[in-house]
This record gives sequence, structure tokens and C-alpha cells, in this order.
Amino acid sequence: MLSIQNIRKSFGKLDVLRDVSLEVNQSDVVAILGPSGSGKTTLLRCLNFLETADDGFMEFDGEKYHFGQVSRKEIAHIRRKTAFVFQNYNLFLNKTALQNVTEGLIIARKTPRAQAEKIGLEVLEKVGMLDRKDHYPNQLSGGQQQRVAIARALATDPEIIFFDEPTSALDPELTGEVLSVMRDLAREGRTMLVVTHEMSFARNVSTRVVFMEDGVVVEEAPTAEFFAHPRAERTRGFLRKIDGDMSAQGEHVSINNKKENVQ
Amino acid sequence: MTERVWNIVVDSFPKILLPGLTMTIPLTVISFAIAMVIAVAVAMVQFAKVPVLRQICRFYIWVIRGTPLLVQLYVIFYGLPKLGVILDPFPSAIIVFSINEGAYCAETMRAALESVPAGQMEAGYCVGMNYLQIMRRIVLPQAFRTAFPPLSNSLISMVKDTSLAANITVMEMFMATQRIVARTYEPLVLYMEVGLIYLLFCTVLTWVQRAGEKRLNASGYRKE
Repeated sequence: MLSIQNIRKSFGKLDVLRDVSLEVNQSDVVAILGPSGSGKTTLLRCLNFLETADDGFMEFDGEKYHFGQVSRKEIAHIRRKTAFVFQNYNLFLNKTALQNVTEGLIIARKTPRAQAEKIGLEVLEKVGMLDRKDHYPNQLSGGQQQRVAIARALATDPEIIFFDEPTSALDPELTGEVLSVMRDLAREGRTMLVVTHEMSFARNVSTRVVFMEDGVVVEEAPTAEFFAHPRAERTRGFLRKIDGDMSAQGEHVSINNKKENVQ
Repeated sequence: MTERVWNIVVDSFPKILLPGLTMTIPLTVISFAIAMVIAVAVAMVQFAKVPVLRQICRFYIWVIRGTPLLVQLYVIFYGLPKLGVILDPFPSAIIVFSINEGAYCAETMRAALESVPAGQMEAGYCVGMNYLQIMRRIVLPQAFRTAFPPLSNSLISMVKDTSLAANITVMEMFMATQRIVARTYEPLVLYMEVGLIYLLFCTVLTWVQRAGEKRLNASGYRKE
């Protein structure tokens, strides 16, 4: 459904993505793992054109695009069929939870208000935030904000949802509520591409794992295979380090990686 | 205070207040409204980094902020007739005050726009909105919230600056007072009297500002 070929991106002299290719099929939950600075987030941002990739091709929903020369109209078209969940939520600060969710429907898609609100209430219920529908973002905890952000992503019924380290900015005790919502979505067959440091999520929820380092995909495999028989030495090193951290710090690897992620 | 002086103060009060209501306030309100339109437009051009227009906006702000308001009034009212452009005092004052205030408020608005986190814009794009929709519904409302106190400051400042229009024969409060002083030779009490009326106007505006901020906060959205 989504296929990326040979994407490249550099910031000045720094090559962040060096020839990355990636395939996501319907109902896949792909976890992108890798150390900080490996280009995971940049990859995700390029797919939604928050960054402009320098080169490469993207096939999405039956259409083929060349990254260097995508028109504004095509970008708008792609964005309408995708959704993005940010590390720091980025809820609209001047809108209530419900307004955050309906904004993309009413304004961008001209959905009638009544219908948009019906959808809004449904998705807020799905993420367990219906009782907070009239709260503003600053009246919600981080975990609650992220759940509203996921509801906002669901409202437009996207073909694929991009998650950019959705639990990295959260206090450890709040990651569970967000991960459980994501687990429900995976179970429903939502197609998701998730940059994460949550090993438990990658291990238990994702269908495939992509391991990136220094702007290239080092290894890509179905989840069970990836964890049971990692092929590349660098993958094995990464997993060993994570396993060590996990036994030392309990389940939440994110504690360990948090400082590095806040850029 | 002798009875004569007291009578002058009492008699002159409506004569000063009336031009305040019919000239000072309209001059302030109209000029500030136009200034806000200029400010938002100029701030948005810079925020969006529109080429050429952006340089023109910087030039405009540079010139207006770098020259005295009084000089600007003189150039428009006394200078332009040399080029055959003859304007009445009141329209001249409106033009100068709105252009002058527009430059200052544009900088306030630009700072407020830049204080809105970049993620707000990105989130807007990701839900499918276009640039103008995001500006109108997300970024500008948040910027206005931030800009409200400094803009109120500018408005209060402007009420008093309108007294400079007396120099180009606009019959506003200060000029009305000057006329009465010329007739009665009581500069001390009369100038203090007009000062008090300005203070009164500004006090009302301070209340309005406070009520406005309260309302903005009550809407639940506060800047973190």
C-alpha cells in the first residue's frame, strides 16, 4: 500500500537518510527501531512532507510520486489519506479536545458539523477521552493529550497512521494508556508505521520490525524472526544493549532513551 | 483656588470633553482599526517570508519607527500640498496615526506569530488544512492571545498621541484646551484638567483590557 524506494535526505552536509527503501502492506504494524540520530523520525516526516526529501520514490494508494518533484496539490492529497501522531502531541492549543478532532473534518474536508461531531465523539470514546471532550489541551495530562491526538488521527479514517515516538515525551506511568490504545488499533487492522523505543510494543504488537542506523535500514524482518534471530551484528548489539537496560530498569526502556529523544 | 478659576474649570469641562468624544475617540478608534489591518498584513508577510514584499515591509517599519510622529504629521499635512496633494486635517491625522501605529503593532504581531510553536502549523498540515486555514483558525487566534496585552498598551499610548494632531489643526481635546487657555490665561488648571480627562479615558481602557484578558483566560485556553 505504501512503498518507499531509495529515499535520500540530507541537512547540509549531514546525510540523514541514505537510500532507504521500505514496504508497508495493508494492516501492517511496522515498528521502526534504532538508536537516536539514525534517521527514523526524519524518514517519517519525509513521508508526510513535513520535511522535503531530496530524492527517491513513493508509491501510495496506487499512485507513484518522485520526492524531488511532488506538487503542492499531490502533497495535500497524500496528507488527506494519512495521519500523523507527534512525539509532543501538537494538539491545537486554542481548541477543545472535540474541536481538535473535528477540525480536520469540518475545515479541511468540509464535512457537515453535525456529522463531524458524531465522528468526533465516536473516536474520543474509542480512546477513552469522551468525558474530557470539552477540555483544552493544557487541562489534560500528557497521556490524555496523546490519546486525543490519536483520536484526531483516527477521525479522518486515514489509510495509514504515522507515529513519531508517541510515548517518548510521556512520564513512564502514562505510556501504558497510550500503548493500549495503539494495541487496540493494531488489533482492528489499522495500518501503522511507528517509530518507537518501546521494545514491548515492537515485540508484542508490531507485525514487522525495521532496524535503522546511520540513515540506512540495517535489518528488516517479521517481528518474531527479528527478535529471535537477528541477522546483522549491529542489530544484535542494539538488542543486547536494550535487553541489558530492560533488566536494569524494568519495562520502560523509554526512561533510558528519553533524554536523547528530546531534541 | 479663587471662584473665578473654579468657574473657568467647571465651564470648560464640557468644552474640552466634547471634542474628546467627537474627535479624540473617533480619531483613536478609526486609526487603531486601520493600524490593526496593516499590522496583521505586514506581520503575516514577514512570518510567511514572502520575497520582495517582506523587504518592503521591513523598509516601512524601519522608516516609520525611525522618524518622529510629529514629523510624519507635518510631512503629510504641510508637506504634501507642495505636490498638489491637499488633505483635510482629520483625514491627514487618520492616515499618519494608522500608518505609524501599524508599524509598531506589526512588530508586536510578528513576535506573537513567531511565539506560536511550529508544531501547531505541522499538526494543521497533517489534518489536511492548507496554509491560510491554519493561519486563520490556529495560528492567528493563538498569536492574538499573546499580543493582546502589548496591543492594549499601544492603544492606550495612542489615545495620548492624538494630542499631537493639534499641530495640524485637528480640533481635538488638546487644541480645544489651548483655545480656552488663550482666552482665560489659566494654563495650569486647564492643562491639568485636560490631563485628567486623558487619564480618565485611559483608565476606562485599562478596565477594558483587564476584562478582555479575563475573558480570554476564561475560555480555557492559556498559553503554557
